[in-house]
Amino acid sequence: MTAYIIRRLLYTIPIVFGVLLLTFVLFTLVGGDISIEIAGKGATQETIDEIREEYGLNKPIFLAWDSQFINHFKSALTFDFGRARDREPIIEKIKRGVGPSLALTVPMFFGVVIISVSLALVVAFVRGSVWDTLAVFICVAGMSVPYLSFILLGQYFLAYKWGIFPVFFSPDLTMAQYVALPVLIGIVAGLGGNLRFYRTVMLDEMQSDYVRTAFAKGLDTTRVLFKHVLKNAMIPIITRVVLAIPFLFLGSLLLERFFGIPGLGYLMIEAISSRDYFVINAMTYISAILFVVFNLITDICYSLVDPRISFE
Amino acid sequence: MSDSHNATRARLPRGRSLWSDGLRRLRRRKLAMACFVVVLIYFSLAGFIYLAELFDWRIGPTLWAEQVGESYAPPSSENILGTDIFGQSVCRKMLYGTKISITVALCASFISIAIGVPLGAIAGYFRGIADEIIVWIYSTLSSVPYILLILAFAVVLRDKTIFGYRLTGITAVYLAIGLTSWVGICRLIRGEIIKHKGRDYVLAAMSYGCSERRIIFKHLIPNVFHLIIIDFSLRFVAFIHAEVILSFLGLGEADRPSWGAMINDARIELSRGVWWQMAAATAAIFFISLSLNIFGDALRDSLDPKLRIQ
Repeated sequence: MTAYIIRRLLYTIPIVFGVLLLTFVLFTLVGGDISIEIAGKGATQETIDEIREEYGLNKPIFLAWDSQFINHFKSALTFDFGRARDREPIIEKIKRGVGPSLALTVPMFFGVVIISVSLALVVAFVRGSVWDTLAVFICVAGMSVPYLSFILLGQYFLAYKWGIFPVFFSPDLTMAQYVALPVLIGIVAGLGGNLRFYRTVMLDEMQSDYVRTAFAKGLDTTRVLFKHVLKNAMIPIITRVVLAIPFLFLGSLLLERFFGIPGLGYLMIEAISSRDYFVINAMTYISAILFVVFNLITDICYSLVDPRISFE
Repeated sequence: MSDSHNATRARLPRGRSLWSDGLRRLRRRKLAMACFVVVLIYFSLAGFIYLAELFDWRIGPTLWAEQVGESYAPPSSENILGTDIFGQSVCRKMLYGTKISITVALCASFISIAIGVPLGAIAGYFRGIADEIIVWIYSTLSSVPYILLILAFAVVLRDKTIFGYRLTGITAVYLAIGLTSWVGICRLIRGEIIKHKGRDYVLAAMSYGCSERRIIFKHLIPNVFHLIIIDFSLRFVAFIHAEVILSFLGLGEADRPSWGAMINDARIELSRGVWWQMAAATAAIFFISLSLNIFGDALRDSLDPKLRIQ
């Protein structure tokens, strides 16, 4: 058991190394020297040199203790990513953005999971009927509408036209106020794909032998559904939920842009439009680390809970 | 002896291949076939626009830049879907956007198949150190959130000159999508090849001295090829949506109309009550996504009844 955990821990090292290598290749080798771009048009050679000095772009790429390659690793392992274009340290910006992003994604995510799992139970209950077909069709149709259209229509009708929600973020609004509409839109947009997935999970369970036994010994449907099926269907549901958690920290790129919520998605959009590789690099690295850590926790929890998992 | 042999032969029904069997099952699904027709219409429209541009035909979609009315004219008999801020026909822009989206999704599919299938086959067939390295590469890629990875690639590749070729507009978009999307197919193929490697037909091929390349490309890949087709009929939708999001974020085609750019325009227009540009782009995306989703599901059920969603 301990050996398994240690082995699993060691296995994260090549992944973290891989992510660092990927970001290095992407932003330093392919991205290249962006000091001229940062300095702007008509900058003197001195300004450009200063910027090169600050970002370490004048150093050799490989093969030196002070090379860009080594510095890339150093900065990532110490979580010191330098400064963004507006001179604020990147790590501060990220810390500030986590709050609003989580306030948006956490209720959205759990809303989607709870609603779609309960609906999936209902749909699995009426399987094979017209309602089932209709539900699947609505799901597929919902998956086909572009996410952007959901956001635009929701913002236009619910906020702009009917005035139920604030249209845009402003500092004097409470968190619940500015987050309500984006959460609602996110839930509606995410329902289609999730409901379809959970329906398949439930239907798989419905065909198991224990369900037949439960019905055969005379249990009523509600009991079978909620006591037997739901419990067993929890395993794939929990796997999906836990693996999605690290992505919640990223916020929602598009929702944050439309509603002006100052979270990590918004930070990312700003970095894209100003081509700030350093911010994108930091975001990529941190989200990968979170994913690796959560994966590790899930695996260890499984090995603790489920006696069938072998420690090979 | 020979007579009885022939008689047995006549009684046996003719065998059907996987493909003819699958197609037979697919043809029975009327809705799926209707969706296939819709997909074909989109593809032929994109092909037709390519031809029209090549031969310089002066037809609607290639003349999208022409001013056909006043700014923000609502839909009328003259301009079916109204006009945008420059007085350009929204309908023409929508038709032209088909070409951009289909091109991006097709190129991205080809790139990710070209990377994912051989790598998956090598990893699954040879195992050992090659497997370790390939699994390491895709585990690394899949530990970064998909949308973030695409964005990072798109931002970096945009307007870069690689081997003297400048990556503008959609080239950077489909490279970004293709280079990041091969992980799923690689994992799938690797798993299948590991399963197939122990089967009798592969052992037979090995025993009569087939080269490894021949076994992989002539025996194994054709036997898992239907999985690739199924996977991509469903993944194509994701590529189209990714292109829309990238164009919307300003990382896509800059000079020519695309669905994502139309939705981006609509962001400001909606508050003025100009809904037609938004409606046109949404409808265009909706119908191809819906058709591909339904057709892909039917294809999966017909070609591989055992396979389930995810």
